[in-house]
Amino acid sequence: MPPGRVPHGAIRPRVRQVGFVPRNAQPEPRARARPYPAEAGSPPLADSPASNSLSPVMIPPPRHLSDNLSTFRTPAVPVPEATRRHAGHSPVVGSYDPAESLLGTSSPAPSPPSSDRLIGDGEFSDESWLRRSNSAKLASSFPGGGFDKAVSTADLASNVSAKNTTEKGEGTALEVKNEAIPSSKPLKVKTTKSERRALQESQRAAKAAAKAEGNKSIAAASGRVTSVKAAKQPSQKKDVASAAPSVAASEKKGSDRAPEKDRKKDAPPPRMQFDDKSRVEKAKRRAVVNQTEARNRVELFRHLPQYEQGTQGPDLESKIFQLKPMHPAVYKVGLQFLAGDISGGNARCIAMLQAFQKAIKDYITPPEKNLNRDLTAKISSYVSFFTECRPLSISMGNAIRFIKNRIAKLPLSLSESEAKALLCSDIDRFINEKIIVADQVIVRHATTKIRDGDVLLTYGASCIVEMILLYAHEIGKQFRVVVIDSRPRLEGQSLLRRLIAKGLSCTYTHINAVSYIMHEVTGVFLGASSVFSNGTVYSRVGNASVAMVANAFRVPVIICCEAYKFHERVQLDSICFNELGDPDAILKVPGRMDVNYLDNLQNKENLQLLNLMYDATPSEYVSMIVTDYGMIPPTSVPVIVREYRREQLLM
Amino acid sequence: MPDVQTLVNEFLFKLKKRKIEGSHATARQTTILLRSVISQQRIPYTHQAAALIDAVKAVGEQLVAANPVELAVGNIVRRVLHIIREEDLSPTTVAIAGLNVSAVSDDEGDTDHDDHPVLSAAAVAAASRNTLRPPSLQTLLEDLPDSAAVPHTSSSGGDSEGKSKSADKSSRSRRLKHDVIEAVNELIEDIDTCHEQIAEQAVEHIHQNEVILTLGSSRTVLEFLCAAKEKKRSFRVFVAEGAPRYQGHLLAKELVARGLQTTLIADSAVFAMISRVNMVIVGAHAVMANGGVIAPVGLNMVALAAQRHAVPFVVLAGSHKLCPLYPHNPEVLLNELRSPSELLDFGEFSDCMDFGSGTGSPLLHVVNPTFDYVPPKLVSLFITDTGGHNPSYVYRLIADYYSTDDLVLQRKPAPVN
Repeated sequence: MPPGRVPHGAIRPRVRQVGFVPRNAQPEPRARARPYPAEAGSPPLADSPASNSLSPVMIPPPRHLSDNLSTFRTPAVPVPEATRRHAGHSPVVGSYDPAESLLGTSSPAPSPPSSDRLIGDGEFSDESWLRRSNSAKLASSFPGGGFDKAVSTADLASNVSAKNTTEKGEGTALEVKNEAIPSSKPLKVKTTKSERRALQESQRAAKAAAKAEGNKSIAAASGRVTSVKAAKQPSQKKDVASAAPSVAASEKKGSDRAPEKDRKKDAPPPRMQFDDKSRVEKAKRRAVVNQTEARNRVELFRHLPQYEQGTQGPDLESKIFQLKPMHPAVYKVGLQFLAGDISGGNARCIAMLQAFQKAIKDYITPPEKNLNRDLTAKISSYVSFFTECRPLSISMGNAIRFIKNRIAKLPLSLSESEAKALLCSDIDRFINEKIIVADQVIVRHATTKIRDGDVLLTYGASCIVEMILLYAHEIGKQFRVVVIDSRPRLEGQSLLRRLIAKGLSCTYTHINAVSYIMHEVTGVFLGASSVFSNGTVYSRVGNASVAMVANAFRVPVIICCEAYKFHERVQLDSICFNELGDPDAILKVPGRMDVNYLDNLQNKENLQLLNLMYDATPSEYVSMIVTDYGMIPPTSVPVIVREYRREQLLM
Repeated sequence: MPDVQTLVNEFLFKLKKRKIEGSHATARQTTILLRSVISQQRIPYTHQAAALIDAVKAVGEQLVAANPVELAVGNIVRRVLHIIREEDLSPTTVAIAGLNVSAVSDDEGDTDHDDHPVLSAAAVAAASRNTLRPPSLQTLLEDLPDSAAVPHTSSSGGDSEGKSKSADKSSRSRRLKHDVIEAVNELIEDIDTCHEQIAEQAVEHIHQNEVILTLGSSRTVLEFLCAAKEKKRSFRVFVAEGAPRYQGHLLAKELVARGLQTTLIADSAVFAMISRVNMVIVGAHAVMANGGVIAPVGLNMVALAAQRHAVPFVVLAGSHKLCPLYPHNPEVLLNELRSPSELLDFGEFSDCMDFGSGTGSPLLHVVNPTFDYVPPKLVSLFITDTGGHNPSYVYRLIADYYSTDDLVLQRKPAPVN
C-alpha cells in the first residue's frame, strides 16, 4: 500500500518521540511500532544477502540480517527498510528516507507520494544508490537518523527549521542535535594514537555529552542556516521544559555558540609526535605502563613511539591490584595486546569492545556524577591504557569513536542499568554488524571473483582472506593458493597450516621470491588494516611490495576490508604514520643458528634496527576493494567514508 | 703437482655440490684451474693454439655442465679461450712490433722512416683486433690506414717470421704457453682487484648525506661503500636482510664495524623505505648481454620499487660477471631452487607433506629460488671495473672480453652431461 507508507514515514518521528526518550525502557513503542512491518514492510525480507551477493558491482548491503538481530531497534527497522529497499529496486517508488521523513514531519498530513518522489529523485537520485543501504541502517537504529544527512544539505535546512517549529518533531529535533555532533566530528577526528589525544578525546566527548544534552545550534552544524537557530530555540525551549528540564540549563550556552566556531573546536588535535620531548615527558608522567625507550632508534621514525619489548609485562601484572580505575577485563586485554597474544585488526577490536562491555556492565556511576561524562572519561582512560600497551589500530579508533558517541547520546532519562544494557547491546551490535556479518558479506562477494583453476596469492595472514579461501574451497571451487610470508612475524605459516588442514593446495614462499612466483598467479587477495580516503591501503608491512609486483605482472590485486576500517585520513607514504615493532625481532632469526652475525652488536650506536609494522599501498596498485558495501574501486573509498561514516556513528 | 684430472674432478665435485658460493670465488678458482690445465697440457709443434683451445674447451664444458647456473664459470672459460686466441696471434705481432721497434731504435737518427713505424704499429694493432673482435666503430675507423699498411707489414712480418721460425721453433711453443699463463695470471689479478677498481669510483657516485639501500650481501657493495666512507663521505645505509639467507646481517655487521650508519630492515619494508632512499646499490650474480641482471632473490622487487620512486638502481659487477649470453626465460632457466628447510622446518609441516592423502599429490609446495632476473629497463647504471655503463651498452662491453667463436660454448655440454 504505497499511499499508506508515506504517512507512516511521516508519523514515525512522532511515534518515536513518544517512545524515544525511554527507548529501551518502555515496551509500548515497540508494540506500537510492530504493526508497521506488517503494513508497509511487505518486501523487507525479500532480498537476502545471498541473492545480493552475486550482483557485480554495487550490492545493497545485506544488513537486514543484522537489523533483525538487533532487538532494540526492531520498532524502527521495518518501515524504512521496506521503503528503502523499494527505493533501491525501483527508482520510481524511490522515496528517499530523509526527505520522506522530513516531509512527514514538516507536514504531518499525509503528503502525496508524488511530491515525495520528487524530492527523493530530484535531490538525491545520484546518491541514492549509496544511501539506500545507509539510510536503511540508520533507520534501523534511529528514527531520525536520516536527518543527519538531511541537515548537511543546505536545501533541507529550512525543512529542519520548519519541522522544529511544528513542535511535532521535537524528538527528532533532539535527535538531530545529538547526532549532528558526531556527524561533523568524524570528518576531522584522527585515530587515537596517544594518551594525550585520548585525554583530549575524553574532554571532547564530555563536551559533546554536555552539548548533546541541550545544545541546539549544532543541529545546524552544516552552519549554513542561521534562521534555524532562531526558529529552533523557542520551540526547543518549550520541548525541553516539558520533557527534560535538566537540559534547559545547558541549552542556552550551547545555542550561543556559533556553529563554525564549534566545528573548529571539534577539530581533533594532531596525533602525538614522539619527537616532541616535552610532550613525551608529560605523557610519560601520566602513563600506566612504564615503557623504556628503545636504543638506537631510526632517525626517520623519531615521531613514533618505540619501546623495549617484554620488559614491562611482569611489572604490569604486579600492578593490577594497585590500579583501581582499570577494570580487570580491560587490564587483561591490554596485557594481551602488550604481549602480542591478540593481533589482527578485527581480533583486537573485538577484544577491546568486549572488554569495554564487561567494564560497562560493572560500571557504577559515582555519586554526584553524570553517567555520560564519567563513563566517557572512564572509556578514555581505558583507551589510553590500550594505547600504552600498543598503539591503537584504525579499526579500534573507529570502534572507540562509535562507543563514545553512543555514550554521549544516551538519553538522560534512562536509568543507569538501562543505559548500560543499551550500551552493551550497542557494542554487541557493532561487533555483529560491522565485523561478523560484514565479513560474511565480503566472503560472498569475493568468492564470486574466484574461478576454477585460479592460482591465488595472499600475503601474511589476513583472517578475511582466509575465510574467503576456505569458503571458496567449501563451495567446491578448484584453485591453488600461494602464501607469501616474511620475517619477522612469519604470520603466513599459521595461515598455511590452517589452509592445509582444510585440504587446500598451497605453495609457500618468502616475500623476496614474489616476483618468481608471480608468473603463475592469477589473482592476489590481500587484507588491510585500514583504507584511507585517498585510496591508500594501510596494511601489514610487505603488502605494498606484493601489490607492486602483482601490478608489474598485470595480476589483479583485490583488497578485502570491512568498511568500518575505512578512515578519512590521507597518507602518501609509510613513514608519517606507522607502528614500530620490537627491533630485536629483526636481529634474531629463530631457528637459524648460522645467522648470528649481529649477536653482540645491539648496542653499537651506528646500528639501527627497524621493524616496521605497516606500509601504505598506493591506490594505483589496487584493482578492487571488497567491502561489506560491495566491490568498489579505490577511488570510491572517500565516498564510502563520507556517506557511511556518520551513519556508522549513528547506528 | 697433482694430476690435472684430479684437480678438475675435485672442482667439478665442488661445483655440483654447490660448495663454492659467489661468482667471485667461482671465477677465481676456475681461472686457477684452467691455468694448471694449460700448464700441464702437452703442446704439439703445429696448431699449438688449437690444441690449447681444445683442452680448455673440454674442461670448460665439464665445468659449465657441473653448474650451468653459475655463469661465471662459462665466462671465465670463454675469457681464457679468448686469451689463447689473442696470444696465438701475438707472437707474430710481437715479433713484428719487436722488429719495428728495433728498426726504429736502429735508425734513430735516420730521417727517412717517415711513416713506416707508425703505420706498422697501428696496422698490427688493427690486424689483431680485426681477427679477434667483432666489427666496431673503432675498427671501422682504423680500417682506413689498415688497408694501406697491412700488405706491407704482413709481407715484412712474414719475412721476419720465416727467418726466425727455424731458429725459434722450440722456444716458440714454450712462449705461447708462457704468454697464455702470463695472461691468465693477469686475469686472476683482475678478478682479485675488481673490487678495488669498482670501489675507486665510489666517491663519484655517493654524495654527502646520501641514503643508500642495498639487499643481501655483496663484497663489491661492501667495498664500494667503505671506499666512499674512507673518503670522508658520511652517508646512511639501509640494509634489507635478504631472506632466506640473511646475508644482509653479515653486511650490516661489516658496515657497522667500519663505522657506517647502518639500519637493518626486513625485506618486506623495502617498499616502505624506498621513498626515503637516494640510491639503491646492489651486487649481481651475473650481467647478461642484454643488460639484464641475474641477481640475488628479491632484487626484482627492489628494482620495481626503486623505479616507482625514481630512485637510481645501480648494479656493481666485476668484469667476470659479464655474460655474453642473452637470457631467455631467466627466472626459470637460470635459476636454482634451494632447500625448503630454509623457509620451513622439516618437522613443522611433516603431517601436511604426506603424499598418500587425497589425490596423492602433496598439498604443500615450498618454493625457495636463489635468483631473480632484473630486466634492463629497471637498471639505471652498471659500474664495472672499467667504469660506468648503461644497460644498453653491455653487449658492446662483452665484445671486449670474449671472442665470438666461443659464445656457443654453453650449448655443447648437453651431450657431455
